Amino acid sequence: MPVPVQHDIRLLLALLAPLVGAGLVMATGRRPNIREGCSFLAAVVLFGLTASLVPDIRAGKTLDFTLFEMLPGLAIKLRADSLSMIFAVAASFLWILAVFYSAGYMRGLHEHDQTRFNVCFALALFGAIGCAFSDNLLTLYLFYEIVSVCTYPLVAHHQDEEGYEGGLKYMIYLTTTAKALVLPAMVLVYVLVGNLDFASNAHTGILPASASSGVVTALYICFLLGFAKNGIMPFHHWLPGAMVAPTPVSALLHAVAVVKVGVFSTVRVMLYVFGIDRMDALNLGMPTAWFVSVTILVASVLALSKDNLKARLAYSTVSQLSYIILGVALLTPRGIEGGLVHIANHAFSKITLFFCAGAIYVATHRKNISEMSGLGRAMPFTFGAFAIAALSMIGAPPVAGFVTKWNLLLGAMDAGSIGIVCVLLVSTLLNAAYFVPIIITAFFGKPVDDHGHPPHEAPLVMVIPLCITAALSVVFGLYPDFFMEFTRAVVK
Amino acid sequence: MTQLTSDGGFPLLSVLIFSPLVAALVAALLPGEKAVRWWTLVSTLLIGVASLGLLSGFDAGKAGFQWAERSAWIPSLKVEYALGIDGMSLLLILLTTLVTPLCVMASWCYIGKRVREFMVCLLAMETAMIGVFSALDFVLFFMFWEAMLIPMSLMIGVWGGPRKVYAALKFFIYTMAGSVLLLVAIVALRLKVGSFSIPEMMGKTYPESFQCWVFAAFLLSFAIKVPMFPFHTWLPAAHVEAPTAGSVILASVLLKMGAYGFIRFSLPIVPYAAKLFAPWLMALSVVAILYGGFAALAQTDLKKLVAYSSVGHMGFATLGIFSLTREGLEGATLVMINHGVTTGALFISVGILYERLHTRDLDAAAGVGKVMPVFAAFLGVFCLSSLAFPGTNSFIGEFLVLAGGFRVSKILMICAVPGIVAAAAYNLRMLQRVAYGGTSNPKHEGVADLGWREILALAPLLVLVLWMGLQPKPFVDLIHTGITQVVAQVANAAATVPGP
Repeated sequence: MPVPVQHDIRLLLALLAPLVGAGLVMATGRRPNIREGCSFLAAVVLFGLTASLVPDIRAGKTLDFTLFEMLPGLAIKLRADSLSMIFAVAASFLWILAVFYSAGYMRGLHEHDQTRFNVCFALALFGAIGCAFSDNLLTLYLFYEIVSVCTYPLVAHHQDEEGYEGGLKYMIYLTTTAKALVLPAMVLVYVLVGNLDFASNAHTGILPASASSGVVTALYICFLLGFAKNGIMPFHHWLPGAMVAPTPVSALLHAVAVVKVGVFSTVRVMLYVFGIDRMDALNLGMPTAWFVSVTILVASVLALSKDNLKARLAYSTVSQLSYIILGVALLTPRGIEGGLVHIANHAFSKITLFFCAGAIYVATHRKNISEMSGLGRAMPFTFGAFAIAALSMIGAPPVAGFVTKWNLLLGAMDAGSIGIVCVLLVSTLLNAAYFVPIIITAFFGKPVDDHGHPPHEAPLVMVIPLCITAALSVVFGLYPDFFMEFTRAVVK
Repeated sequence: MTQLTSDGGFPLLSVLIFSPLVAALVAALLPGEKAVRWWTLVSTLLIGVASLGLLSGFDAGKAGFQWAERSAWIPSLKVEYALGIDGMSLLLILLTTLVTPLCVMASWCYIGKRVREFMVCLLAMETAMIGVFSALDFVLFFMFWEAMLIPMSLMIGVWGGPRKVYAALKFFIYTMAGSVLLLVAIVALRLKVGSFSIPEMMGKTYPESFQCWVFAAFLLSFAIKVPMFPFHTWLPAAHVEAPTAGSVILASVLLKMGAYGFIRFSLPIVPYAAKLFAPWLMALSVVAILYGGFAALAQTDLKKLVAYSSVGHMGFATLGIFSLTREGLEGATLVMINHGVTTGALFISVGILYERLHTRDLDAAAGVGKVMPVFAAFLGVFCLSSLAFPGTNSFIGEFLVLAGGFRVSKILMICAVPGIVAAAAYNLRMLQRVAYGGTSNPKHEGVADLGWREILALAPLLVLVLWMGLQPKPFVDLIHTGITQVVAQVANAAATVPGP
């Protein structure tokens, strides 16, 4: 049965909200309260518009909107379907919380160039929402690149040597892979197909049956590695390097928007360019699953070795992102569902963890885990939220991460791969190994010398958002259907 | 291609060709530098507006040349005064008439001495440039082609930088050497065809060896002008020494003449030879893309950087041309126009920086974006355009060229990829340094942001970057018919060529 497609202006409005927001932020830069108000307004409008699409998508519709018809087969065109909603809803909602949090963080630390920071932040969201709502490869590539360029000033925000170095690494990794792998692959798809439009379902793909398996496999590898924002090793180094950015950037962008743009793009291409059937026929699923398993395990081991909290979280992100690809690569319905729902689940939990890291830094100026001994008693809300989110990352019930792991394990069993089941179990142990000690030392460890400044909670404007995201992690663990309904519609 | 007949309508092409010359005469007589500046600006603007008239009554779907004019010139030699344009020449003429007034604005303060002579040179150039793109008689074409050399060499040699004489001489000798061979090819064709009419030459078939020799002569002449690797060495020297307006004209229009020559003459007149040579020329184009990209990456002089980037960009143009596919040729034509817009804008931007900082060194310009935010925004868009960021003009051109190339050789296209990456690298490096590098440089204190004149010079190019990037269809529609015809001509060439 063909999916009903309907033109809808709300897609354009949703895309414009962060763009207009960026303009307003720039215009009101001299008055910080109004400036932050504009960010907030843009975030609320974006979320409102995105949320208003939910009933239509639930009803089985696909919405689209053509922005520019460039040449026959080449258009800038938007689409909202079940897959886009998973990412768009999570990213747009979390932006609202991030606006408050980042106002607290940036003002708390008296950071420079806050207007530029907020403008780039909004532009990054513009790119992320554009990726979520892309209807073809060209549009996806356009917004993917917009995200790369607009987040550079955020990564190099401090404009010191460390910042420039992190920013340089960021740019080199992300633009090189996109230009060297994604662009040629996209052109080749155009040559093979005659257009770049995504398929209307996740099964058939768009590549013609006549395309040789060698070419299709080469294209697949180009896309898988080319969308380096997905953090798959060996092109993951940019992410730990990007941790020099202020923590709100690490939180919303390097746990939600930017990295999910990478994963989302990869998944979108796997399912809607190649299609489950083609991937199955060419036997691309299992090799991918094993390939990303290496990332899952190695990144977890690397996370163990990091004392800097943000670095540990960064490697955790690298590892967790590959869960999403792994799930989809299993090519079984439950595997794909488990992978896709992790886009949202990981977003809510990982942003909590980064929020906590930032709150700890603002309140105590401590970055290293070894300095956080006993801090949990002084900052109960922050560390309570941290514990909940960490449990989610580990995959313990009843937090959101459990839903992911449960489905991934079922999917791996459906695929008949005990090896992948073992990978998931080992990685769970590793997750526990690098998160649980933080919680234990924070609550039960001996407090370190505070030099006469007893630690306290960060400002409420930072603590409230992180409590909300932690609470939501629990909510989505107990009621996973909100996102699972979208994932079911994808594999249907 | 059939006989060219005059439309009998208003001779707009002739008016466009000769009005800059008339304006130059007036400028030579006007008293005072200020009056000369204003007169040149107003007259080039009026010519620009008038050139838009070419669009009215231009039927993009019609094959052959339009706005045609034809009358006897030297009957004894069968030389005619024949003009006419198709979609590609129309776009190039519009680019010329757009860029010239912008050059006047960019030279407003930059040129301090011999203003009158400079403006006369600029106007004479405009005549020659429009003439080249509309001439349909080979003698007429050659006349305009050569006429351009003199004012351009003067521009470099008189108003250029420290090594201006060397650069002007190098430019002159290189281009002259190419022209000689072009002349030989023209004479050879005249002997075969019996007339200098370009459309008539397109309609004939020639023996294989003759085609190869003519193609080789064309090739050398046009390859120097493009410039293709390894004939590019005059370009960085000329660009670096030329004043801003010279660089802009050189990049925006002069380099296009080589690529225009390939599409207008090489492919339709000697299609069989074009097909024989094409794979080698595609390979050379890929070398140019790689060489231009990496050479640009190594530069710290902003003008050299942009100059080498031109080598890479024009590599894309020739790559598309010699893919001999419709996509490749359409892409190549777009790359030509886009390069004119973007690189022109980048040279104007570098000129603006030079006027303020008196250096073109990238490190000296680091962080100047902080005191020149408007400039940084403009530069940002042009840099993104230069690296073929999706949504900007260059993207669609390079995309089509790559698509055309992939149809011919996947391996070759993969070889070109490092050049694409290098283009991203040098552009982003330039942008990062200028807009974002370093927090404060005492030398930048008191540096003013763009004035209205500079904004006016850059704004039309900015509009074109986005317009052609997001809505390229009207532009492609203009060239579609002509390109389809050329592709068909080349594709059928093997069947019609008589044996050697």
